[in-house]
Amino acid sequence: MSDTPILKVSDLIVEFPVREGTLRPVDRVGFEVRAGEILGLVGESGAGKSMCGSAIIGLIERPGRISGGEIRLHGERIDNLPEDDMRRIRGKRIAMVFQDPLTSLNPLMTVGKQLTETIRAHLAVSSSEARSRAVALLEEVGIPAAASRIDAYPHQFSGGMRQRVVIALALAAEPELIIADEPTTALDVSVQAQIMALLKKLCRERGTAVILITHDMGVIAETTDRVAVLYAGRIAEIGPTRAVLSTPSHPYTIGLMASTPSTTGNLQQLSQIPGSMPNLRAIPKGCAFNPRCTKTISPCFKDIPILETVDGSEVACWLYDPAYKADTKEETGASQ
Amino acid sequence: MLAFIIRRLGQALLVLMAVGFVSFSMFKFMGDPLENMLGQEATVADRAELEERLGLNDPIIVQYFDFFERALRGDFGVSYRVGLPVGEVILDRLPATLELAFLSGVFAISLGFVLGVYTAIKRDGFLANFIMTTSLIGVSLPTFLIGVFLIWAFSVNLGWLPSFGRGETRSVFGVDLAIFTWDGLRSMILPAVTLGLYQMTLIMRLVRSEMLEVLRTDYIRFARARGLSQRTVNFGHAMKNTLVPVITVTGLQFGSIVAFAIITESVFQWPGVGLLFINAVSFVDIPVMSAYLLLVGVIFVTINLIVDLLYFTIDPRLSVSSN
Repeated sequence: MSDTPILKVSDLIVEFPVREGTLRPVDRVGFEVRAGEILGLVGESGAGKSMCGSAIIGLIERPGRISGGEIRLHGERIDNLPEDDMRRIRGKRIAMVFQDPLTSLNPLMTVGKQLTETIRAHLAVSSSEARSRAVALLEEVGIPAAASRIDAYPHQFSGGMRQRVVIALALAAEPELIIADEPTTALDVSVQAQIMALLKKLCRERGTAVILITHDMGVIAETTDRVAVLYAGRIAEIGPTRAVLSTPSHPYTIGLMASTPSTTGNLQQLSQIPGSMPNLRAIPKGCAFNPRCTKTISPCFKDIPILETVDGSEVACWLYDPAYKADTKEETGASQ
Repeated sequence: MLAFIIRRLGQALLVLMAVGFVSFSMFKFMGDPLENMLGQEATVADRAELEERLGLNDPIIVQYFDFFERALRGDFGVSYRVGLPVGEVILDRLPATLELAFLSGVFAISLGFVLGVYTAIKRDGFLANFIMTTSLIGVSLPTFLIGVFLIWAFSVNLGWLPSFGRGETRSVFGVDLAIFTWDGLRSMILPAVTLGLYQMTLIMRLVRSEMLEVLRTDYIRFARARGLSQRTVNFGHAMKNTLVPVITVTGLQFGSIVAFAIITESVFQWPGVGLLFINAVSFVDIPVMSAYLLLVGVIFVTINLIVDLLYFTIDPRLSVSSN
């Protein structure tokens, strides 16, 4: 495996101008994904997970825009490409799978047509070649009797089968990176496991990198190699999944882990993080998590923390800042 | 599918019977047909005899079914004004109205569709905004005003196009049509534009809003994420998905183009059924009026039926036959 990551995002900022000023759904986010690796982006709704995905594939809705940072695909910048060049990357090198398979497919077009048009948009093949490739793709994602199902319309498939079709569409031009935006949220639990297993298998077999956007810590634990926890548009904690989940360092990650049901822990009561994520229009000064944090110290209310290495992962929290670490004990809870 | 068609035909028949009842009531309750037919010299015995002969003493319901049965055979009685069978009078005038409606329908649909798609794709463009603003005029100005204005501009001042009449006609399969002669086509342009302008702006605004709606859907986003070109996304995916609601409204609009050609035909003295109807109204020519009413009913019902069937060819989710 080469050392250059397939995708390297650094200091990415996405801004939306609104009447009151400028909102930043994504604020200085950076991460890398390597071939065959699955990176999880986890966080509550509105944490900026999906916006990161849209930014990478260049599909941010107007008037939003990338206003800072860079996105590099194999070392080549792609965040400032003209629309036509970006279109050639979309589907061909970076593919996307959306949340709801019921609405991701055009209801008035057969799945075969949607597959062949995608294949032919990126590869110079004849229509009969595209068709046999489409059948092979459907077989690969586990659609039974693919050759006869290819001329069916999306409504003739079940939800899980439709998500398989969507994944086949994402794989159509053998992309290097797949961004899966909550690919199983709309599906039954049993189907969820199948789809995740399929994604994982395809990623391993083809060496495709995957960015998995989800709010489900269980899916993160089972599927990802590395995980980035997002909060209010920033990375709270990022590192190998095992390290982040077994020894969470950021108070938010600790809270998230405590609020995930497990069969070994306390089965009576599930803890929850008090309050809710701040509105983008009213992000508190300092660390955005400070109103909900139980361990705040004075710098939390003044400055935004930067990522520090703690226990094998990187954490953005003042508790781990070398300068403040010494006097953490005296100040904990003092400012509440 | 077949069951659907049969059910729809049944519904269509019910609608037509209701319209027929209104047509029938015009004879019954507007004026006295005997007075019209017998004149002043008639005796009471004459009246009684005619009443009996015309079946006017039968119960209302029997008379209604008699009327309906005759209407089905195309027998609407004799026009009071011209003394000819109403069926003949109307058939003679119908081609003129239909060809005018056809041309203005083509104008309204093609231009409305193109402009609607354009203004949706170039949502914030200057030209798109200009077209949207101008279209308000089309929606809000009354037809007769547009007609008079067009005559003033293109006939009176510029002298490019004739201001009234149907021009030269050519017989095609025994039907006199103006659309196949240069002179006739020239005569049709102004009335067709007048008749179709409102429908055109309506279709355009509808197509635009439907298209904007579709462009926001997930499958359009997904189509973009798959790297399809903007053109494929706009025309291959978005446009087809706007068709279902657009066809509904367009179909109904075509019905109203035929039915309400009355005003345009009066302004341009176009010898169609609309003008015939206006003349019939001023003469209280009830057989013509009632037949016209039924005709409009038939046209609307037929168009609705065609529209319903078109859905099947566009939206595969509706076909029951597929599993």
